[in-house]
Amino acid sequence: MSPDVVIEAKGLTKKYGQAVAVDDISFTVGRGEIFGLLGPNGAGKTTTILMLLGLTDISGGGISVLGFNPAREPLSVKRRVGYLPDTVGFYDQLTAADNLRYTARLIGFRFNEREKRIAEALDRVGLSEFADHRVGTFSRGMRQRLGLAEILMKGAQIAILDEPTSGLDPHATTELLAIIRRFKTEGVSVLLSSHLLERVQSVCDRVALFNAGRIALMGSVSELGRQVLGAGYVVDIEADGAGLAERLALIPGVSGVEQTGIGKLRLHADRDVRPEAATEVVAMHGRLKYLGVEEPSLEAIYTHYFENKSGEAAKQGARYAA
Amino acid sequence: MQREGSAFNGLGVVMLKELADHLTSIRFIILELIVMLIAVGTVYVASQQIKDTVAEDPFLFLKFFTTSQEPLPSFIFWLSLLVPVMSIGLAFDSVNGEYNRRTLSRILSQPIYRDALLFGKFLGALMTLAIALVVLWLLVMGLGLLFIGIPPGGEEVARAFVFLLVTIVYAGVWLALALLFSIVFRSAATAALATLGLWLFFYVIWPVLAGELSQIIVPPDPRYAALGLQTPGTVVLEQFLARLSPSTLFGEIVVALLDPTTRALGPIYLSQLQGAVLGAPLPLGASVLIAWPQIVGLVAATIILFVIGYVAFQRQEVRA
Repeated sequence: MSPDVVIEAKGLTKKYGQAVAVDDISFTVGRGEIFGLLGPNGAGKTTTILMLLGLTDISGGGISVLGFNPAREPLSVKRRVGYLPDTVGFYDQLTAADNLRYTARLIGFRFNEREKRIAEALDRVGLSEFADHRVGTFSRGMRQRLGLAEILMKGAQIAILDEPTSGLDPHATTELLAIIRRFKTEGVSVLLSSHLLERVQSVCDRVALFNAGRIALMGSVSELGRQVLGAGYVVDIEADGAGLAERLALIPGVSGVEQTGIGKLRLHADRDVRPEAATEVVAMHGRLKYLGVEEPSLEAIYTHYFENKSGEAAKQGARYAA
Repeated sequence: MQREGSAFNGLGVVMLKELADHLTSIRFIILELIVMLIAVGTVYVASQQIKDTVAEDPFLFLKFFTTSQEPLPSFIFWLSLLVPVMSIGLAFDSVNGEYNRRTLSRILSQPIYRDALLFGKFLGALMTLAIALVVLWLLVMGLGLLFIGIPPGGEEVARAFVFLLVTIVYAGVWLALALLFSIVFRSAATAALATLGLWLFFYVIWPVLAGELSQIIVPPDPRYAALGLQTPGTVVLEQFLARLSPSTLFGEIVVALLDPTTRALGPIYLSQLQGAVLGAPLPLGASVLIAWPQIVGLVAATIILFVIGYVAFQRQEVRA
C-alpha cells in the first residue's frame, strides 16, 4: 500500500445467508481525498462502511485501513477513524459537552486534553454556546454538527460519514458541507455516503456509484460524465457578432451549435473549448458577455446510466422470452 | 484468531456512566421511594409485634426481616417481590435503548469492544442496585434500633450482612435476564413485558406447577398416603423442579440465614435428626453451608444468563 492510500478494499464481499449485500467491490481512498459512495438505499453503502470499521464481519475479500486490518485490529482502526452514522443519536438527557466527554473517556483522553479538545471541536462546528445545553433540545442539523465535532475531537485521520446531509434543510446542509470541506484542508480523508447526488457532487473529489451491491461507476464527476453521457462538455456563450455561430461550429471538437436565445449560443463539444471560443469572439471584435462550461450533473449521469442499464436488462429479458 | 488489545478497554467508563445515569434517573428514584416506604412500614409494624410478643429471643433483630402482621406481609416478602422489579426496571431497555436512540453504532465506533459495553452496563446496574440495597439495609437496621432500643449482636449483624450479599446476587439474576431480553428484543416494551412475564411465571405459577408435574411424573404411593406421609420420590422431584426457579432458591437461602434454627432445606429422614437438639440455633457458618448450593445456584444462573446475552450481542448486527 502506497503511503498516500488510506483505505484500500479488494474484492470486498458481504453475504447475509444467501443474499449478497456487497458483491466483490474494490476501491481506494487517498490521503486528503473526499470520496463519495453514492447510490440508492439498500445498495450496500452502509454495509461497506461497517466493514471498514470492523463493526460487521467480512464474507470475502480484504480491507486495509491506514495499514490495519479492521477485522483483526479493530481498536487501532477505530482509534484513528471517526464515524458519523446515518441519523446519529446522542444521549438526550446529557449536554452536548457531556456527550463528547463520554466519548473522550472511551477513547482514553486525559482530563486536561479532553476539555481542550472538546472546547476546540465545539467551537469549530459552531456549537460553543450550546455546549451546556441538553442534546434533547437540539435540531437535526445541530446533532449532525455535534457528530462532526466528535470526529474532530477524536483527531481522526479518516472521517466516515453515512448520509450526513439527509433530512437537513438547505442552510444546514451548506454549513455541514463547509465543515466537511475543511476536513480536506487539514489532510483528513473523508468517505461519505449519500443518495442525494446534487449536494454531494459539490464536495467529492471522486465518487463510486453503487448499484445492487456493486460499484457500477467510479471516478471524478467529469470523468463519469464523459463516460456515460458521451460528448460531455456543454459551453454556453453570450456574445454578439454576425456569423458567430458558423465560426464557432468550425472549432475542432465542436459537434453542434444551437441558438438558445438572442445572442446566446450553446456549444456541444468533446472537450473544454472555452479558450478557442473566446479567441473566435475576440477575433470577430464581438463583445463577450458570458462564457461558461456546464459541469455534467451527477444526477444526469446517474439517471442516464441506470436507465440504460434497466433498458438493456428489459431488452435481454425480452430476448430470452422470445 | 487473537484479538488485539484488552476486552475491558473502556469498561470502567461505561460502568460509571451507567451508574450515574441510573442514580439520576426518575425511574430509579420512584422505585427507590417505593421500597423505602415499604421498608419503613413493615419494620414499624414488625417492631410493634416484637414489643408485644417476643420477650427473650437471642435473634430478636432478625425478626424485623421476617415478622409479618396481617394484613401487611413481612419485609423479606416485599423484598423478594421488589428486588426483581427493580432489576428489571433498570435493565429492560439497556441495549435496545441504545439501538433506538441510535447511539449504539456511534459508541461502538470508539476504540472499545462490545464486551466492555455489555459488561459495563451489567456492572453499572448491579452497582446501582447494590447501593440501593445497602441503603435499605442500613435503614432497616437503624429503624430497628430506634424502635426497640436494643443493639443487635455480632452474629445477627453478620447474618443480616450475608443476607444483604445474597439479595444483591438475587438482583443480579434478574438483571442478567432483563439484559438478555433487552438484547433479544428490539422494542423496550416487549423486552419489559417478556421479563416481567417470566418473573411472574417463576414467582407465582412455577411453584404450583412443580407440585402438579411431580405428581404426574411420580404418582404418590398409596401406602405412604395411608400413613399420612408424602411419597419421598414425589417430594424430591417437586423440590428439584421448584428449585429451577431463582425465587425458590432465594426463599430457601433467606430461611436458612434469617432463621438460625433451620437445619435442612428439604425433606430429611428421622434418622438424620438423631442427637440433634431441635430448636437450638446453628452457628452462622453452618447456616451458610446449608444454603450454599442455593447460593451457588443463583450465581451460576446469573453467569449463564449473562453469557447467553453476551453471545447474542456479539452476533448481532449493529445497523438499526
